[in-house]
Amino acid sequence: MDHDSGFPLVNSLVNSSNGLAHQTGVPFDRRRAPAAMADFLQFTFSGLTVGAVYALVAVGFTLIYNASDVVNFAQGEFVMLGGMVTVFLGYAGVPVPLAAVLAVLIATAVGLALYRLGIAPAREASAVTLIIITIGASIFLRGVAEIIFDKRFHSLPALFGSDPIRIGGASILPQTVVVLASALLIVCLLWTFIDRTLYGKAVIATSANRMAATLVGINTRTIVGACFAISAAIGAIAGVLVTPITLTSYNVGTLLALKGFAAVMLGGIGSAIGAVVGGVLLGLFEAFAAGYLSASYKDAVAFVVILAVLFAMPQGLFGKTTVERV
Amino acid sequence: MLAGTDRFRLLQPHRLFPLIPLAIIILVLPLLFPSAYYYRVAALVFIFAIAALGLNLLMGFAGQVSLGHAGFMGVGAYAVAIGPSRLGIAPLLAFALGAVCSALLAFVVGRPILRLKGHYLAVATLGFGVLLTIVFTNEAKWTGGPDGMPVQQMTIINWTVHRIGTWYWILAASFLLSAVIALNLIDSPTGRALRAIHDSERAARMLGVDIAQKKLAVFVISAVYASVAGSFFALINGYVTPDASGFLRSIELVAMVVLGGMGSIIGSFVGSAVLVILPQALTIFHEYEHAILGLTLMAVMIFLRRGIVPSLSAALGGTYK
Amino acid sequence: MLQKITIAVALIGFAVSVTGGSAAAQVKVGAVLSASGPASFLGDPERKTLDMYVEDINSKGGINGQKLQLVIYDDGGDANAARTFATRLVEEDKIVAMVGGTTTGTTLAMIPVFEDAQVPFISLAGAVQIIEPVRKWVFKTPHTDRMACEKIFDDLKRRKLTTVALISGTDAFGKSMRDQCVAVAPKAGITIAHEESYGPGDSDMTPQLTKIKATAGIQAVVCAGFSQAPAIVTRNYRQLGIEYPLYQSHGVASKQFISLAGAAANGVRLPAAALLVASKLPESDRQKSVVVGYQTMFETKTGQPVSTFGGHAYDGLMILVDAAKRAGSFDSGKLRDEIERTHNYVGTGGVVNMSPSDHLGLDLSAFRLLEIKDGDWTMIPDSPS
Repeated sequence: MDHDSGFPLVNSLVNSSNGLAHQTGVPFDRRRAPAAMADFLQFTFSGLTVGAVYALVAVGFTLIYNASDVVNFAQGEFVMLGGMVTVFLGYAGVPVPLAAVLAVLIATAVGLALYRLGIAPAREASAVTLIIITIGASIFLRGVAEIIFDKRFHSLPALFGSDPIRIGGASILPQTVVVLASALLIVCLLWTFIDRTLYGKAVIATSANRMAATLVGINTRTIVGACFAISAAIGAIAGVLVTPITLTSYNVGTLLALKGFAAVMLGGIGSAIGAVVGGVLLGLFEAFAAGYLSASYKDAVAFVVILAVLFAMPQGLFGKTTVERV
Repeated sequence: MLAGTDRFRLLQPHRLFPLIPLAIIILVLPLLFPSAYYYRVAALVFIFAIAALGLNLLMGFAGQVSLGHAGFMGVGAYAVAIGPSRLGIAPLLAFALGAVCSALLAFVVGRPILRLKGHYLAVATLGFGVLLTIVFTNEAKWTGGPDGMPVQQMTIINWTVHRIGTWYWILAASFLLSAVIALNLIDSPTGRALRAIHDSERAARMLGVDIAQKKLAVFVISAVYASVAGSFFALINGYVTPDASGFLRSIELVAMVVLGGMGSIIGSFVGSAVLVILPQALTIFHEYEHAILGLTLMAVMIFLRRGIVPSLSAALGGTYK
Repeated sequence: MLQKITIAVALIGFAVSVTGGSAAAQVKVGAVLSASGPASFLGDPERKTLDMYVEDINSKGGINGQKLQLVIYDDGGDANAARTFATRLVEEDKIVAMVGGTTTGTTLAMIPVFEDAQVPFISLAGAVQIIEPVRKWVFKTPHTDRMACEKIFDDLKRRKLTTVALISGTDAFGKSMRDQCVAVAPKAGITIAHEESYGPGDSDMTPQLTKIKATAGIQAVVCAGFSQAPAIVTRNYRQLGIEYPLYQSHGVASKQFISLAGAAANGVRLPAAALLVASKLPESDRQKSVVVGYQTMFETKTGQPVSTFGGHAYDGLMILVDAAKRAGSFDSGKLRDEIERTHNYVGTGGVVNMSPSDHLGLDLSAFRLLEIKDGDWTMIPDSPS
């Protein structure tokens, strides 16, 4: 049977690699090669499913960070709001598509309020102060959601049904494809907006140098507020799209924010491409860790990634801005 | 210059004056206690005040941030749980070992982490705290897993500390002692170096302060404070769960520090008192507790950034410590 | 100076607010529940149940001529908070008995308080450690996780399935049940050939299920968890097209599981209290009137589907009330003795027969084996085993 050293992590590391072989009594590669490929594919699909959510959260983080140097820990709550508001409006009788639109609008309003009431008044605040404010906002939003909604989990109907698509012995849900496609679409739209429109240029200017932007007549308050609003909208859209797969509840925001942040660190803070790549990579790391190592430490993967990136390569994969280090 | 040779100079008595009103209150308060429940609440206030004090040294004086400080509380808590029951060592020794482990952990982890700044540091400490919680939750053979494990009562030679009333005095004394140590530290060359680092790292470096070493020193000290608090926490509860080191607990500690006043020793006590007593006083509002905590954090950081004690003090023209 | 005043005012204000409200000569029953936080799935129906039934009892004149006052505190799933509230109940509110302790962690943290104060404590948590070893003042109403394992293994053997895979949550409920299943498997003749785990907040378990699917010789899968994660496991299970049977635990014993898992839930079997199939029980069933009565009351008053967790709270309260009637008084010691003498009490969880060595009083027949068909619970008839 399996070895038991008394430490789950050690057990899984020792047993996972030889588990399959001694179950079937046949050497690993020969008989299992096509099945191993199917497993690998399945892990990949799993990683893509959660990775797409992380990617969208990370994109929202990046937008706000670029515009205002604020790391917004409340980002996960926007995802939560997207899902929960849609669900509860649905219970109240509103048709789901309309409920989804309303949910995104409400989340956008919350994002704007967060900026106006939470960030803007904290003038000249240090990075740490701002972090604490956004953490406070995240806890507050979660607390309010706990009261207004309920404490249970809820789901939404999938856009194209829940019959999985079978590819190469593995299966992927159509909704996952929807989420991935949406993530790409949103990033493309965002890039177009930033690069091709005047407002987008204003955002670039604000993030490059706030003072200078003000001096050339850009209303930086409006711009930053708009970034918060867009970021909230992105989060809410992610929430609506992903709820059919992952379910939603009043407290899903916290963990998502942390993982989204890990994705941003991995991809390089300040880079939108980095955010998407980081998110997907993080999802894949988690899935492979669960598949090939031990599932009980799956959550730890995100935090180990954060620490590893911070120690070894703080600028991440695509990061451009310099990291403040002593 | 600042690297003083007289690092162990004893504190001048007049610096301890701010603690005297507090000590008087602590002595007199039990007369007001109608039942053991109040002793328990007061004990919890002292425990969190010690942890908040340690965090205050790190955040308020040295200007760093730690969003994972409850992790060290967890180390101390599990040390007094695991030591006697799994390793057969005496509770007092386990207590000390917990502090030593925390110090070592802080030393090892602090070196790379403290080179970061701002939100990088915040998230690194957060990640560290969460990782510790995950380890405590998963290594069930040692820690009892997510259900936690019971903790033996504290026994010193033949005397077992059983009544919560006894704990009140032990904890009060410990808190006052830790406050005295903190005051000592602040007014020592190391403390002055820390405040210089807080104001401007470049300027401090130019004056010859070894930034990395000082930051690491205060990180280790604050970890020991947290560990001691965590050990006491486990002992008075007789039980420990992984929540003791969780993210929410870390945020509560930060809330205590910012609410009471960063850089204020009395503020650590006030912050702890508010966050421990308020949920007890407002039990009907328990549903709203999270919302209120979040709102408080935001409001304090926006409007009352220095915290209650320094703001009140400044408003009345006094100085604070 | 100012600091001294501030602190003194705060503490006095606290003292006043806590002791405010004069205590009438009512009998106080305490409850520390996790109505918010990660276990609110369990604690919320418990709280609603206790509230509605104490009100109901009082409206009918109370017990022994006295009305009950329910003192409820919400510990949010935190063991430290639970302990503080337990101390408060005993020292300040002076309760005569306690029904509560939603989770094993909070229960275990509170037990010393009630043992020291000699107040009977009826716990609503699942782990077998609460009543094993038997403690004088501690009882519990929910079936243990060990019983759930035994019931599942019984059914597996009946279907001639002996090699299983186990997937459990790393939360307290899942871990505790997993430990029990591993412990009783050999005696039950079941081989657990592969184990996986998931975090309670995870949203995708396909990696773990893929590994199970890849393990040769598995004939069934047992999932030990509660709240929403088992629903995701169920959905992933069907997504991957795994053919062999899936068993869930009593942690999913509420209609919410079916609505979250959707069509994937069909064919899933689980052990659960008769409460879930109240309307389908034959009239001759001893529990029929009790469970139908509770279901009607709960669903009318709250508009939510009934859950077995609320049922355990009902049982706890009613056992206490019956004990008080038999004792003729509310003395904590006499209450405890009568609780221990509970005999043939028909509750939502089963028929309870307690004794000095058994502070739970349920046997395996208290669990019914259910299968989900067409989005609803159906009973699998028990064959004598």
